[in-house]
Amino acid sequence: METVYFDNNATTKVDERVFEQMKPLFCELYGNPSSMHTFGGQIARKISRAREQVAGLLGCEPGEIIFTGGGTESDNAAIKGALAAAPNRRKVITTRVEHPAVLAVCRDLENHGYTIVELNVDKKGRLDLGELDEQLDENTALVTVMYANNETGVIFPIEQIAGLVTERGITFHTDAVQAVGKIPLNLKQSNIDMLSISGHKLHGPKGVGVLFVHKGTRLSPYMLGGHQEAGRRAGTENVPGIVGLGKACELALNNIKEENEKVKHLRDKLEQAIMKNCPDCRLNGDKDNRLPNTSNISFEYIEGEAILLMLDQYGICASSGSACTSGSLEPSHVLRAMGVPFTAAHGSIRFSLSRYNTEDEVDYVTEKIPPIINRLRELSPFVVK
Amino acid sequence: MWEYTDKVKDHFFNPKNVGQIENPDGVGEVGSLACGDALRLTFKLDKNGKIQDAKFKTFGCASAIATSSVLTELIKGKTLEEASKVTNRDIADYLGGLPEQKMHCSVMGREALEAAIENYRSGGKKKHELEGKVVCTCFGVTEKEIERVIRENDLTTVEEVTNYCKAGGGCGGCKGEIEKIIEKIQGEKAKEKQIAAPQKAGTLTNIQKIQLIQQTINEQIRPALRAHGGNIELIDVEGNKVIVAFRGMCAQCKLAEFTMKDVVEARIREFVSPELFVEEDKESAQQPHNHIT
Repeated sequence: METVYFDNNATTKVDERVFEQMKPLFCELYGNPSSMHTFGGQIARKISRAREQVAGLLGCEPGEIIFTGGGTESDNAAIKGALAAAPNRRKVITTRVEHPAVLAVCRDLENHGYTIVELNVDKKGRLDLGELDEQLDENTALVTVMYANNETGVIFPIEQIAGLVTERGITFHTDAVQAVGKIPLNLKQSNIDMLSISGHKLHGPKGVGVLFVHKGTRLSPYMLGGHQEAGRRAGTENVPGIVGLGKACELALNNIKEENEKVKHLRDKLEQAIMKNCPDCRLNGDKDNRLPNTSNISFEYIEGEAILLMLDQYGICASSGSACTSGSLEPSHVLRAMGVPFTAAHGSIRFSLSRYNTEDEVDYVTEKIPPIINRLRELSPFVVK
Repeated sequence: MWEYTDKVKDHFFNPKNVGQIENPDGVGEVGSLACGDALRLTFKLDKNGKIQDAKFKTFGCASAIATSSVLTELIKGKTLEEASKVTNRDIADYLGGLPEQKMHCSVMGREALEAAIENYRSGGKKKHELEGKVVCTCFGVTEKEIERVIRENDLTTVEEVTNYCKAGGGCGGCKGEIEKIIEKIQGEKAKEKQIAAPQKAGTLTNIQKIQLIQQTINEQIRPALRAHGGNIELIDVEGNKVIVAFRGMCAQCKLAEFTMKDVVEARIREFVSPELFVEEDKESAQQPHNHIT
């Protein structure tokens, strides 16, 4: 059975061209970039090259790129580092729909005496910038708001938010893990102070990420030890990961427009077919301001894990915001924040596509879904025939 | 991904006895859409008083559907007397076991069966109702139900209780109460495993006292307030006076004064020192708050 992978917001396939660049760095060119000898020194040049590639995609200076161990580390480093650099300010503003890599960090800070403000979203998952503006004050150390939501794909007006926040002399961080490679960026023209990236969300390897830190932003290092990354992130570099991420960024930069158009076409086709063929389903999130690859659909009266298992039988991979899939007992915090009724949240499925998906795959999934939904509804006590 | 046994998968993909019996002798309905799983069981008796037919309709994950299917298989051909002896263990064992976090599905099956039998014995009048004190308000679980899963499955930790009946799996505000119920039933056996509550020390330095107050707020008070869209912040400690500020919904809530004495002060006295008293910080109450709705 072929795998149909519609779960690209969870992770993506490593591009073959990325893997090619990484291969020699394990058994042949295994030197330490910090070494004095030529064997190690040549590796340092590869890291510089990767730094330029990432800076190319982000539209920033290579010196503003710090390589980390992933998106979660970038978020931790940004939040904790910014607070450590501003010890007199004790308030952090974020949103209710952040990824746990931000939300869990903020909620933990609350236990250390920080005031955390979680901004609300409306039914479509949009922020009210007036609410943000009201909250900004002299005690605010940091505002951290995600670029695009991993569950619904909803995009926040980050440039506008960054302007609003930095104008008041407050540091602004954004978790752009889902946005980079899908939304064109030019950080030279931006007010964003810090931005997190993860390698494996844009066809790069796992275990590597980036924290962009705008020149002049005050940040205390989070990981201490050696002098790597100009003393901003200690630890011997994950050379294959960094080189792979560099290549992935270069590929993303070259193909961003073309790919987005293709992926968006496939996503729209899938979404329209499902909405047309399955009664009682609803689209979650702002239809207009959305990542081109993500579709989050709720199927009423049935439960997400059961749908996923049925899809799995056909080799179809997707995700759900239901309680059962996470092992917790409550459905997705994102959908709850949007006021999606529990009835619909339990039956939500996220399809997230990539450049590797095809029309045939969309047709295949479109054909398989309606019978699965009908089958489960036959079992449901809430469906009266 | 869950590790389901082949039996679970089989009963999920090919469930037995789906549907509902027309003019049933007993109907049992438990769970709800909001809770994430729900089960409606119907049965009919033959003239000897044995269950001739049983059918189910279930909203829920794979294990909820599989346990419902097995439940109907297990009770068919049994008298009501015999059927009422079926425990959640029997259902789980029949399936070759369930993941720990899914054990509540087997408990739901047993509850539906009980509700259906009760419904039959009351002449079709009685519906399943919560009996006694509700401990977990998020999922509507009573003290009686918690006691029962602890006894029947020999549970000794709050996490296990959550896995078996969901209690404590929402806001977590009732975890302390669940701990006490476990202790009451399991006695010494429970005590060995409990570590959640902060340890009260004999004499405290100022720094130790403040840290313990902060820890008590973090672990014993904030989760319950958060569940209702509120929050609390420790502002300062002056001698025995603990100054806190309510945030979010709590800041506008008419019951805040009650919460202050009954929850905040009571917990701080219990876990830190009985001499402490709590006051609300008036200044910060004027500040704009975090509106969580």
